[in-house]
Amino acid sequence: MINGGSLNWNSDRDLEFALLLAKNRPNGEIGDNQHMTLLTRRSALKLGLAGSALLATAPMAMAQLRIVVEGANFQPLPIAIPDFASSDPTFGREIADIVRNNLRRSGLFLPLDPASLPVQVGDVNGTPDFNVWRTANVDALVMGSVERGGQISSSVRVWDTQQAAQVVGKSYNTDPNSARRIGHIVSDAIYEQLAGGTGYFDTRVIYTAESGPKANRTRRLAIMDQDGANVQYLTDGSTMALTPRFAPNGDLVTYMNFADGNPQVYLLQLSSGQQQRLANVGAMTFAPRFSPDGGTVAFSVEQGGATNIYAVGTGGGQPVQLTSGAAIDTGPSYSPDGGRIVFESDRGGSPQIYMMGASGGNAQRISFGQGSYSTPVWSPKGDLIAFTRQSGGQFHIGIMNPDGSGERLLYSSYHAEGPTWAPNGRVIMFFQDPGGNDGPRLMSVDIWGRNPLTVATESYASDPSWSGLRG
Amino acid sequence: MAIPAPFSTALRAAAMLFFVVVVAACSRSSNDAVGLTGAGNLGPGGGAPGSQQEFIVTVGDRVFFTTDSSSLTPEAMATLDKQAAWLNQYQNYRVLIEGHADERGTREYNIALGARRSSVVVNYLVSKGVNGQRITSQSFGKERPVAICNDISCWSQNRRAVTVVQ
Repeated sequence: MINGGSLNWNSDRDLEFALLLAKNRPNGEIGDNQHMTLLTRRSALKLGLAGSALLATAPMAMAQLRIVVEGANFQPLPIAIPDFASSDPTFGREIADIVRNNLRRSGLFLPLDPASLPVQVGDVNGTPDFNVWRTANVDALVMGSVERGGQISSSVRVWDTQQAAQVVGKSYNTDPNSARRIGHIVSDAIYEQLAGGTGYFDTRVIYTAESGPKANRTRRLAIMDQDGANVQYLTDGSTMALTPRFAPNGDLVTYMNFADGNPQVYLLQLSSGQQQRLANVGAMTFAPRFSPDGGTVAFSVEQGGATNIYAVGTGGGQPVQLTSGAAIDTGPSYSPDGGRIVFESDRGGSPQIYMMGASGGNAQRISFGQGSYSTPVWSPKGDLIAFTRQSGGQFHIGIMNPDGSGERLLYSSYHAEGPTWAPNGRVIMFFQDPGGNDGPRLMSVDIWGRNPLTVATESYASDPSWSGLRG
Repeated sequence: MAIPAPFSTALRAAAMLFFVVVVAACSRSSNDAVGLTGAGNLGPGGGAPGSQQEFIVTVGDRVFFTTDSSSLTPEAMATLDKQAAWLNQYQNYRVLIEGHADERGTREYNIALGARRSSVVVNYLVSKGVNGQRITSQSFGKERPVAICNDISCWSQNRRAVTVVQ
């Protein structure tokens, strides 16, 4: 559906060149952070030199414009994004607004007020007048264009004005029903070049939409773009539906459906609307999550008050029991390589996080802080596990290394629960609830604990599950 | 208050609802974890012998749990003893045990906790002679609270197992 390609102008060296960008231009000092894991100067140089001969000969190879995403000295990168050039100026502004909004909400960028810019509309064909932009104290400049024809086409160039060099140039085509996606794809391209890693804007979130009084609340499944646009409701609310989780292909969803009385795990195919019960085992099945290859669902089975973890192929077959005992074992989440499962269990008293092989057995406890831990979710990058912790009368959203070390709490409130990862492993979405007769809202926060934001939804919302980048 | 005769079913239900609300309010202010348990003999408002109203109001249809626990308190066992005696007397009813949790836990865990609580109640009733074939159970986790506030006076009412005769 989406056809992307680099603009031929300078395109070969764009990627490598962008990796050399650094924000801290004045003294070339990258920062004092010993724990920097993303895009250090050394790794950037290494990537650049390994990249292409063109880079080595490029005069601006040592350009310093880039975002150091981690560390005490972090500052969002000011960036100028004029409206996109278009024969329909309203459309050009709409797409630029999507890009500006995405980058602002990432917390890594500070899009400048478009009205304050020396040029109001982008020009993707010419070279910018760099002196004008330098005078306006703009280091990073995005020039874009977008047109609607049989398809929607968009081109974008990112410029380093100090070095008078192009950072990246890309063009994309998409079908006419995907106008907002063009804005997200362009946003991802800019993010990847200036902040490193992969983007996460061309994604969707499936969640539980909640309405009505708290004692008798309606809960149904809904899906939206990550920025809250294009909401669709997937179930009608006649029976309660909870904890939807995306399969890696973004089309299959598994969730908890109360249509049969007790909750049972269902599979729902978004493209066809077809759904079916996953397995017939135990009295109650719940807390499902896909394996990283999408072929298996791990879930909880309750029988006689004991809850254990099982796994079953999405195509059917006999469920395999992975844990046993009288405790509550729930919330399974696979490692990205599929080899391990992290889950919560109260086998030792309060709920804590445990790790085991994907075929079960020999579970090791990894959480040891005060209070209880639940809803562990493995980062798609494999480096971290997000969780909900309860301690001191509060709920916390936190992250830890897969061996349980390095715990950091990112957000605390009366109630916060249910983290899910953006596909780049840098942003977490969850839900928080002020209690009383109020209801839950979705929030996001980055893995450095910065930039907590409410994600606007029409109704109360809970149980977010973030898709991968759309294909 | 003058009670017209005959006392219609609707009026009885309304009176009962009024009673439940009053008890809930009292429980909330007194921080009483026992809450609605052991509602006592209400006389005419308690419902006809063998009626669902009698079970709810006179016998007591629910038991309460402490935080994150599915152990039966002495008060809960006393209520379940009365439930079992009533159910053994009136054999025509089927029974649904609803397990519930308060909001101070995560969604999936509370689904499991509700199931564990209903299971404990089912096992207790069976141990007191109620035929297990009459009993089904369902967990609602924390999704169906009866008391709404941000302190233990509400949480203690929501950590419950409700016996629904049907």
